[in-house]
Amino acid sequence: MEKTERGQLFYKGISIIVLIILAVLFTFPLYWILTGSLKSAMDINQAVPQWFPTRPTLDNYERLFKHPAWKWMFNSVFISLVAMGLTCITAAMAGYVLAKKRFPGRTVIFGLLVCAMALPKQVILIPLLKEMSFLHLHDTLWAVILPTIGWPFGVFLMKQFSENIPTEMLEAARIDGAGEIKTFTNIVLPIIKPGIGALAIFTFISSWNDYFMQLIMLNSKEKLTISLGIAKLQAEMSTDFGLIMAGASLAAVPIITIFLMFQKYFTKGITMGAVKG
Amino acid sequence: MAKVQTKNTKRIFNHDETISAYLFLLPALLFFVGFVIIPMILCLVTSFFDYTMTEFKFVGLKNYSEMFFKDKVFLKSLFNTFLIVVVSVPAVTIFSLWVSSAIYNLKGWICSFFRCIFYLPVVTGTVAVTVVWKWMFNQYTGLFNYVLKAGGVIDKNVSWLGNEKIAIWCIILILFTTSIGQPIVLYVSALGNVDASLIEASEVDGATKLQVFWKIKWPQIMPTTLYILVITTINSFQCYALVQLLTSGGPNNSTSTVMYYIYYEAFKLYRYGYGNAMGVILAIIIAVFSAIQFKVAGQSRD
Amino acid sequence: MRMKKFMGVFLALSMALSLGACGGSQGATKGESTTAKEGGAKATEIKLWTYPIGSWNEPEKVEEVIANFNAKYPDIHVSVEYLDYTSGDDQVTAAIEAGTTPDIIMEGPERLVSNWGAAGKMADLSDLWDEDTIKDIQDVSSKVVEACKSPEGVYYEYPLSMNAHCMAINYEVFEKAGALKYLDQNTRTWTTDNFVKALETLKKNGVETTGIVYCGGQGGDQGTRALAMNLYSAQFTNEDHTKWTMNSEEGIKGLELLVDLTKKGDLSYDAGIQAADELQLFANGTAAMTFCWNASNESNYAQQVNFTPYAMAFPSDDGKPELAGGIYGFGVFDNGNAEKIEASKQFIKFVCDDKEQGPKSVTATGFFPVRHSFGNVYAGTEEAERMATFNSFMQYLGDYYNVAPGWADQRTAWWNMLQQIFGGTDVKEAVNTYVDTCNAATEAAQK
Repeated sequence: MEKTERGQLFYKGISIIVLIILAVLFTFPLYWILTGSLKSAMDINQAVPQWFPTRPTLDNYERLFKHPAWKWMFNSVFISLVAMGLTCITAAMAGYVLAKKRFPGRTVIFGLLVCAMALPKQVILIPLLKEMSFLHLHDTLWAVILPTIGWPFGVFLMKQFSENIPTEMLEAARIDGAGEIKTFTNIVLPIIKPGIGALAIFTFISSWNDYFMQLIMLNSKEKLTISLGIAKLQAEMSTDFGLIMAGASLAAVPIITIFLMFQKYFTKGITMGAVKG
Repeated sequence: MAKVQTKNTKRIFNHDETISAYLFLLPALLFFVGFVIIPMILCLVTSFFDYTMTEFKFVGLKNYSEMFFKDKVFLKSLFNTFLIVVVSVPAVTIFSLWVSSAIYNLKGWICSFFRCIFYLPVVTGTVAVTVVWKWMFNQYTGLFNYVLKAGGVIDKNVSWLGNEKIAIWCIILILFTTSIGQPIVLYVSALGNVDASLIEASEVDGATKLQVFWKIKWPQIMPTTLYILVITTINSFQCYALVQLLTSGGPNNSTSTVMYYIYYEAFKLYRYGYGNAMGVILAIIIAVFSAIQFKVAGQSRD
Repeated sequence: MRMKKFMGVFLALSMALSLGACGGSQGATKGESTTAKEGGAKATEIKLWTYPIGSWNEPEKVEEVIANFNAKYPDIHVSVEYLDYTSGDDQVTAAIEAGTTPDIIMEGPERLVSNWGAAGKMADLSDLWDEDTIKDIQDVSSKVVEACKSPEGVYYEYPLSMNAHCMAINYEVFEKAGALKYLDQNTRTWTTDNFVKALETLKKNGVETTGIVYCGGQGGDQGTRALAMNLYSAQFTNEDHTKWTMNSEEGIKGLELLVDLTKKGDLSYDAGIQAADELQLFANGTAAMTFCWNASNESNYAQQVNFTPYAMAFPSDDGKPELAGGIYGFGVFDNGNAEKIEASKQFIKFVCDDKEQGPKSVTATGFFPVRHSFGNVYAGTEEAERMATFNSFMQYLGDYYNVAPGWADQRTAWWNMLQQIFGGTDVKEAVNTYVDTCNAATEAAQK
């Protein structure tokens, strides 16, 4: 008994050390980006790495704001927030009925959703492009938002969470004479709330980082997003690392904020239901 | 509960319930049909055409036969894609499960802290992260060569991304660091929800940690595991941005993935039809993989 | 309860944002239409997209050109978007498929003529090319005139400036190693033998990385092409640009020499980097030379280097290099709107031909005029001396083979081939496969 306890302590110690080492490795890129944004081009490009900016400068940020960087930030936040909000609402509603209701066509719809999830997004870009230009939405932020909401991933996730809703509670509500909408807002939503929190973060971050979709759908300077803006700061013959790092540091702020804001919603309570067709 | 459900399915569908169900589904379905299904059908249809910037001609199965019988780069890309999936999916799943088990019962803020740290690569944005990694892998001034040389592990600089055998492992490593954030978040909360009384009861019965894990925790987190397997598989199959930003598929096509090759054919050579045909094949492969995971995981649960 | 709040904030936020956006965009359209009215009855809006041609990516310079244009033509409004070489082509492809192409685009013949022109997306600019212009440009180089028109003789580009891509060495490193004697500092040329000797000397004197043949992608591939073909004066294509010829004896010899040099360790290769990375390594003193240099790179990197980057022509067996050039100018997308095409042509004509503006536009790119009548546009400026050096390379301009059909396929095939030969594939075999791939693409593109 004592032996195993000591073994466990040993194991715990080792895993904490490993975790700390990994934590340093995982933080390094962000650290390098943040400090890099404060270095001059010459310091960044030194043959021997400069671990800490010895001559910090705000020059990179000054140059960044010569571009409409705030406008890019606004566009990114707008796209991600709207996509997040609408995805969460539509997905929560659809996920709930797919998990809890029996109606004709249910299996077909769910099957279609799962199949569509497997399809690589890039493949449908050209048809999407044609569609957006037909709807006169190309080069508007909606061209990026709408396909994100349509992506079936959210519905799939919410269906998994909704499997946990006890059927008895729904039956009881119906016997009490609660309407469908009331049941949904009063019983279903509170139960799947942590799941919605998780979906919110995932949607926000994936639409924030969906650089290729943005590249294809947007082309005016004032419609660019921050990730697209950063990518465009790279030239063929010279890479202005300082400028890119400044842009990336700026871009990381809202996304980290969102993560910290929402993470308390799923510290407890995200459990997925069993997977059923 | 299972009994109630079989009853439900056998029951004649309730008319009102059907209508209300469809009303709930409507918003999601509108977006789904409009911006996924319609383009998907267009994609499938155009895969039978010689569809370029200037041409649109029906060619039947020619695109499909070309990719399997003539196009060596496609086959190589397919192989690389499988390699990435086969390595990264188990690695991501096992590693994130290990990290989560190690941190989920630590003090609240410590657990949050680690969860945040492992989420950072996701948050930092692909373009910026790859710029840093590219510098770390640099043959002459990169961090890895600098550290390994200083530590006496190597005596000659290694060309990480320029070596046919190593480059793909570098891609897998970066993919790994950017993929584990989400699984850790999900596993931590799944483990936190495992019924504590069951664990206590079995510990009183003298079960070891390992037994507790396999007998009690593992079955309860199975749905989460399955979900993680499915999304990690999909993400690994669709790995493309890293390849584009780091190696352009080289050296000698050793890092080209199907997704990158689709991008290359469609956007660099304007062969939309051919690109779409490859996309259809990739979708079928991913769907089969997911189906197998559903099946296997579904059986092991019982 | 908390959930409700949370959803409420959600909804309110997204609603407010979407309303804000709609309001914003409406406001913007209103604003535009009023300015259009103020500007007169016939105001035309045209869009210009530009690749970073030398220093023509700095907004101040481009805005100034547009301001000068509007002083003369107040009725034409020009808005600019800046593209980059990494994603610019994808963006143009998307715009073509979505029907939202700009009116004017600035780049070189390989895109304007052989790519989008051949695909029938560009408007015919033949009426801009009057006899005087043709003669003026021919006096500089008749190759420029040829490059701007399709094989059928339709002009899709109206050129503004040109340059010659060369290489550069770290002067101080060469001096210290005693390798300066291998280059001719008067003409800035060297022979292949001397190049090989210079590399040996550098290596012997402790220079770890002499030069890097980069082949991690297509960025800056003109440098590696020029290096390989000049060593034994090979030709890249046949005269009418229909067949690829690097599998000639001279071509193979050149590539074999590069492979031998890397095997000996006198030269490095790296399949993990592209031109931008190589330049970075040159700038921080890691590599003693770069194969991707020109006038605008020199000014871009001026602040980062603490040595003298010394521009040189590529080494060649007979000492007479053939340098790859860039011919930069404007093309007009055929959007089916005659009025806009007309306005675009007016803009192009003003920017390229106006006696006052023309030379200024050329200096905005940081390269050299294609028109003989402009003379030395840098005379009397701070740049005069530096630019004179680069101007001296213009006499070595070789064939502009970039207009060969199937160019896009060739570009990837080239660096893939380099990766193969440095990775150990037999040079002859790899080059033959490369030439076959290119020829097949050329044939397919001509159909």
